[in-house]
Amino acid sequence: MINLTHKIEGAIYIISVVGDVDASSSIQLDNALGQALEDNQTKILVDCSKLNYISSAGLGVFMSYIQDFENKNIKLVLCNLNEKVIGVFRILGLDQLLKIVDTIEEGKKLIDEL
Amino acid sequence: MMNYSYKVPCQKEKLKDIRSFVSEALRKHGVPEVQIATMVLAVDEVCANIIIHTYKCDPDEYVEIIIKVDKKLNCVFEISDQGDKFDITQYQEPSMAEIIRNKRKGGIGLILVRKIMDDIELVQKDGHHVCRLTKKLGKES
Repeated sequence: MINLTHKIEGAIYIISVVGDVDASSSIQLDNALGQALEDNQTKILVDCSKLNYISSAGLGVFMSYIQDFENKNIKLVLCNLNEKVIGVFRILGLDQLLKIVDTIEEGKKLIDEL
Repeated sequence: MMNYSYKVPCQKEKLKDIRSFVSEALRKHGVPEVQIATMVLAVDEVCANIIIHTYKCDPDEYVEIIIKVDKKLNCVFEISDQGDKFDITQYQEPSMAEIIRNKRKGGIGLILVRKIMDDIELVQKDGHHVCRLTKKLGKES
């Protein structure tokens, strides 16, 4: 089960993920990113402070948008990942492919600089 | 050697219960949290694969997990699969570039399992297919 909310701060579209993103819930994350894309958002910050767990299904969602976002010049930054969650990104080296920062403030700063 | 077993219907919503079962069993043996997290992930990936791809989320089918932990904290996970055999040992990993290029949402779970576990094998046991994952923590007793 996950709970996804979004808000807009300035030009930044912030998605907050709460709960476990696994094979049963990853579709919701997929829909949330798809919605941002559809709304023509260009600066997307994913707040993972309450993301408790992620499996390959969730990683796959992020990976599936990398190309689209690059082509459309959409900035994606992830922030506030706990140690267990970032560990999963690191196993596959995804922490090198995605922009990941510690805090939401750093996320906002980075997304404006990109 | 301690054994734990858990059997659930093939529903994606049960993955969370499977993760709780694995973490609770490993915690009883004092396995470090970092190791618990990765092993929970590996079991979740194999079970998700069986539930979704082998059984197409059929709640009349079951997936069973047996965990064996010895004194040196060597952990064996036996996940029984009675459906069509998917031979993980023959699986060709897609590259990261390929996954991104093709926008594949699947295919990376088994890469994670391989990176986390020391050994993965498919065995036949009592007429069932069993995916056996082994992680040797090798704690000095």
